[in-house]
Amino acid sequence: MKAFSLHTPLAESDLLPLQAGDQVLLTGRLYTARDTVHQRLAALLAKGLSPPFPLEGSVLYYCGPSPAPPGRVIGSAGPTTAGRMDPYTPALLAAGVRATIGKGPRSPAVHQAMAQYRAIYLAATGGTGALLAQTITEVLLVAYPELGPEAIYRLQVVDFPAIVAIDLAGRDLYREVRQLTVCGGTGC
Amino acid sequence: MREVAVSLLRDAVRDLCLEANVVIPDDTLQALERALIEETSLRGRSILEEILANDRRARECRLPACQDTGLAIVFLELGQDVSLVGGDLCQAINEGVRQGYRRGYLRNSVSVDPLRRANSGDNTPAVLHLEVIPGDSLRLVLLPKGGGAENASALSMLTPASGWEGVRRFVLEQVCRVGPSACPPLVLGVGVGGSFGSCALLAKKALLRPLGRSHPDPQVAAWEDELKTAVNNLGIGPMGLGGHTTALSVAIEVAPCHIASLPVAVNLNCHSHRHRSVTL
Ligand code: SF4
Repeated sequence: MKAFSLHTPLAESDLLPLQAGDQVLLTGRLYTARDTVHQRLAALLAKGLSPPFPLEGSVLYYCGPSPAPPGRVIGSAGPTTAGRMDPYTPALLAAGVRATIGKGPRSPAVHQAMAQYRAIYLAATGGTGALLAQTITEVLLVAYPELGPEAIYRLQVVDFPAIVAIDLAGRDLYREVRQLTVCGGTGC
Repeated sequence: MREVAVSLLRDAVRDLCLEANVVIPDDTLQALERALIEETSLRGRSILEEILANDRRARECRLPACQDTGLAIVFLELGQDVSLVGGDLCQAINEGVRQGYRRGYLRNSVSVDPLRRANSGDNTPAVLHLEVIPGDSLRLVLLPKGGGAENASALSMLTPASGWEGVRRFVLEQVCRVGPSACPPLVLGVGVGGSFGSCALLAKKALLRPLGRSHPDPQVAAWEDELKTAVNNLGIGPMGLGGHTTALSVAIEVAPCHIASLPVAVNLNCHSHRHRSVTL
């Protein structure tokens, strides 16, 4: 397992050396986006309207943080299940999103869109939001405050840890693990 | 008759919310530590280390162990010789949740309407399971249930001919299909028997059994061991990224059922296995 440092916004050339299974440490800006935000962003893009933050080279973090207690910038802030965003992801990748961070496997359609638009998928460890919050130094509400924890927040992060789950060559860690499992072998 | 003011329940629920979301129970931590000793996958080991570091940090810094502080599931065992006074029981429990989630800076994760989607803003309503028991005691259990693991749960109405093999297969298929998204290592609660409704509740109750404690019926205990071994042989591992630690525990609860039925339900919980109880 190699560890790479990445700085946002990301260019395709930043992602070329990365292989599924590599550890990355992200520094820069992550934008939180969950179910409803995805629906709204996809609707904006479909209408040709501009999204509330620049998508080109951006990193989406599937996360709905808990509120910041006094003296902290954020509460707990771990990843949510990525699969729920799959229906909207290809449109966002087409609009310039370069990496997404979540947990769990992605659909074949997302897989294909990632290859087409040259993006990667990163897995962060679910249920470690207290630990991951340590890497977040600044939080800015970007849009949709009425969504509460599901609003878009811009997180400034330093060395946010994640594992490359799907790389530019299309290698997918979840699929590889699945093929080794009894699940993959027996088709159960 | 013992009179109990509902405000006592309100305060107890509030305190349970504050503790349960921050402090991962000792039996879960011990199971994670054991798993770390036994796990051979390097990636699996490093994920288990992160989880343990997270749970320590949550305790020390009084932060929620996971940002998904869940739907507040409340079990109330109510002695039949208790008379609840001073207001409405459900309102008191919801008020406890409201206060606990606000004071603890816990995330509001309840949508008031399943299809029209709007956050209720205070994590209410709670889901209340009430059971009347003999005597004059009261026991409250809070299980904050995150969406990821709850979404991976399922129920099936098998036929009696399916037998244990059918139950086993159903659970394994479910874990294979959606286990990786439910933040493994998992805690599995399995309900077998009852009706379409009570079977799911059995599975949920099975989650509350202390980890490592077997079912008192030796045959059920043997099935628990068999299923745990089978789940851990799947190879899904921590966070679904490979390894031997897929489940920390499997607990099965059984109940009588219709002669034509064999209901089975599996309720998944993630490694962030938060629950806490108090007896009043
Ligand atoms: S499944 Fe559990 S640990 Fe994972 S994000 Fe949901 S509540 Fe947290």
